[in-house]
Amino acid sequence: MKNWWKVLTVVLLLYVAVAGLLMPVPRLAILNESIRNLYFHVPMWFGMTAILVASVYYSVRYLRTPTPELDIKAHEAARTGILMGCVGLATGSIWARYTWGAWWTNDPKLNGAAVAMLIYGAYLVLRSSFTDEQQRARVSAIYNVFAFAVAMPLFYILPRLTDSLHPGSGGNPAFAKYDLDSDMRLVFYPAVIGWTLLAFWVAQLATRISVLKLKVYEKQLA
Amino acid sequence: MKSNLHSAAPGLLRRPVLLLLALLLPLLRAAAQAPGAQPEMAEALRQSGKIYVVVAVIAVVLIGLLLFLISLDRKLSRLEKEVADER
Repeated sequence: MKNWWKVLTVVLLLYVAVAGLLMPVPRLAILNESIRNLYFHVPMWFGMTAILVASVYYSVRYLRTPTPELDIKAHEAARTGILMGCVGLATGSIWARYTWGAWWTNDPKLNGAAVAMLIYGAYLVLRSSFTDEQQRARVSAIYNVFAFAVAMPLFYILPRLTDSLHPGSGGNPAFAKYDLDSDMRLVFYPAVIGWTLLAFWVAQLATRISVLKLKVYEKQLA
Repeated sequence: MKSNLHSAAPGLLRRPVLLLLALLLPLLRAAAQAPGAQPEMAEALRQSGKIYVVVAVIAVVLIGLLLFLISLDRKLSRLEKEVADER
């Protein structure tokens, strides 16, 4: 069956929604039940990273052999990644309000993520500023590679070089030490896989619509 | 592909339910255990059983969204076939 991974997405996400709320979690001060956000906030960033890798892959392939399909794939993957990133920023902001006491703090992890999202926002602006399709595809493919190369250090490397409130940055060891001795891994890993697959599903649907549009347009011209 | 989806539908419906049951039945026991002292968790919700209402609501919302995605997927497949056939 060709669509087995979509079935897997549905099963995993339903499991995560139910087990994510009901499974036992470590009892920690300040975090309390909000530790369950781990199943929803963190997979957004995993999914975003995976789909942005796919976007760069298609951009590089476009630069080697330019076809409109590859440009569409790179664009829709990047758009899905930006959506996941925005959801990640929003959910993180809510979580920060009730654990750190502020919607936003000038934390290297948060600011790094925000700047990286702005860099990707510029990708969309850049794309929309061309009228010639081939020029748009080529320049935005090059910019996409640049954006990825700048964004990933902002997300994952620079915050680790300094002190940060955010788990997984500075001296903070993320949740590794908590979910080692608990059932959290049982939900967290399926959550990462499920939300990542959902990102690919959404990107695939968006791509197919754009390709279809292109084909209908070409036929009208012919 | 279309026929695949049709024939697989009843099996697909049953499998997630079984999977969920297998995963959730042990949890009922865990949820029923008495709380210790320590940091405050959503005990009150669990004691009155109302957390399951929230879980059910979230599950319904998610199922609705996923069904929408599936139907969109199938509509797209049909359109793609139509456009390909017209050539």
